[in-house]
Amino acid sequence: MSAVGLSAPVVRVRHLVRRFTLKGVLNGIDLDIAPGEFVALLGASGSGKSTLLRAIADLDHEAEGSGELTVPERLSVVFQDARLLPWLSLLDNVILGLNQPDARERGRVALAEVGLAGRETALPDQLSGGEQQRVALARALVREPELLLADEPFGALDALTRIRMHALVKRLSAIHRPAILLVTHDVDEAIELADRIVVLDAGKIATDITTALPDDPEARLHRFAEVRQQLLARLGVADAGLFGPLGGARPLADPAG
Amino acid sequence: MATRSLDTLGASLAPAPRPVVLPLPRQPGVRSARRLGLGTPHPYGWLLGPALLVAYWAAGSASGFIDARILPAPWVAISTGIDLWHEGRLQANLLISVIRAVEGVALGTVLGVALALISGLSLLGGYVFDGLIQIKRSIPVVALIPFFILWFGIGEVMKVTVITLIVFLPVYIQTHNALRSIDIRYVELAETLRLDQWQFLRRIVLPGALPGVLLGLRFGVMASWLGLVVVEEFNSTSGIGHMIDLARTYAQSDVMLVGLVLYAVLGVSSDLLVRGLERRLLGWRRTLGQ
Repeated sequence: MSAVGLSAPVVRVRHLVRRFTLKGVLNGIDLDIAPGEFVALLGASGSGKSTLLRAIADLDHEAEGSGELTVPERLSVVFQDARLLPWLSLLDNVILGLNQPDARERGRVALAEVGLAGRETALPDQLSGGEQQRVALARALVREPELLLADEPFGALDALTRIRMHALVKRLSAIHRPAILLVTHDVDEAIELADRIVVLDAGKIATDITTALPDDPEARLHRFAEVRQQLLARLGVADAGLFGPLGGARPLADPAG
Repeated sequence: MATRSLDTLGASLAPAPRPVVLPLPRQPGVRSARRLGLGTPHPYGWLLGPALLVAYWAAGSASGFIDARILPAPWVAISTGIDLWHEGRLQANLLISVIRAVEGVALGTVLGVALALISGLSLLGGYVFDGLIQIKRSIPVVALIPFFILWFGIGEVMKVTVITLIVFLPVYIQTHNALRSIDIRYVELAETLRLDQWQFLRRIVLPGALPGVLLGLRFGVMASWLGLVVVEEFNSTSGIGHMIDLARTYAQSDVMLVGLVLYAVLGVSSDLLVRGLERRLLGWRRTLGQ
């Protein structure tokens, strides 16, 4: 963290305010994301996490608001739905809008990276939901983004596929090192994947913690439970003691203080 | 964790339950999942209805139930058609009719797609053209023919103009509708991928609107034959319509019948052509009917 913390942030948000007539609001957000940093954005429905992501992605044309927003030029978005064009082959979907002469070759490499080598000419309809989301990931990464925005990208996937996707995202983010902002409502997913977790509540940042999971399995498990407890308390969910034997053995630091 | 505790609970309460084996073959009255799709279609299934009608017609003619002066027997259409072919009248009239229809369909499709793009993709274009076209839509083209004769005379220009306008309307309406209903999610995607206007048009808008264009074309092609009948029975000197009109004057019901059969054959084969085009171009679609 300290290493990435030293360089200039790739995303800089200051006093960001957004108001929609219908959906979420943001009430003065300050957020920096360092190059290569993996930030998970947690929050209850309506807390403004998707609103913040859409503001950073510049997809909120209809929103009123104020504030300062610096985002990198190379930015990719992965949506909850894979959003592949049904009339384009997988390869054409991946390289859509890519203007380099070697786009096709790079698209092939990107598809191979997500485990879909040889499926270049298939149509999106012939793929499972998890495979489609992998194509969307390839489409995002082939642009070598400095910032990857992901809006609940695993929300529509079944539990097993989701676990596989977690491993894939971990591996690929280690290779490509984009800064990542992952919006999710899954606390475990956030702890598992992110370096840092930001909790939004009513359009404000309520908590900003560094996960810092140790490598040692036992210590890792313990830290996981600790962070989880803090986050759940922050999200207003009473932990039903699923991690009782682990986390309950000794009192945790009061998450509110 | 939660599942493990449930397992131990189950194990402690009772011995493992014996698996219940259900008989595999379905018995009558046993509820089974009902298939809601249409089943496997037969490629020539659509011919059943026409075949039944022709069978009824042939039986009626052969038994004398249908008076030959009212409606000649189906085989008369074939024998008269062969006679007309030998006289050379049939192919000459057929050719001129097909040329008119093809010209009208081509011009109407180009015009319909072009105007739909202008009024579907720009607000100003919509303000300029869409209102006009909606007004034009409420005036039957046939009612405009007197004006067209005044402007273009009674020659080919007037005829092709009428067919063009008849084809134009459904193509415009379906294309415009398809353009306006392109998924906003794809527009967002195009924005995040930084597509330029041309890439957006070529990769997202046009393929997305293609089903609409082809649906409009199907309506348009069918309507073109209707337009053809109208213009050819209006002071014309050639074409199938003219042939029918002439036969009416001399009460040659067999020639009239040949004309009708030709219209049917032309209509159905042109529709099959467009549907073949649809299958080729829209292979990515999976629908109930396929």
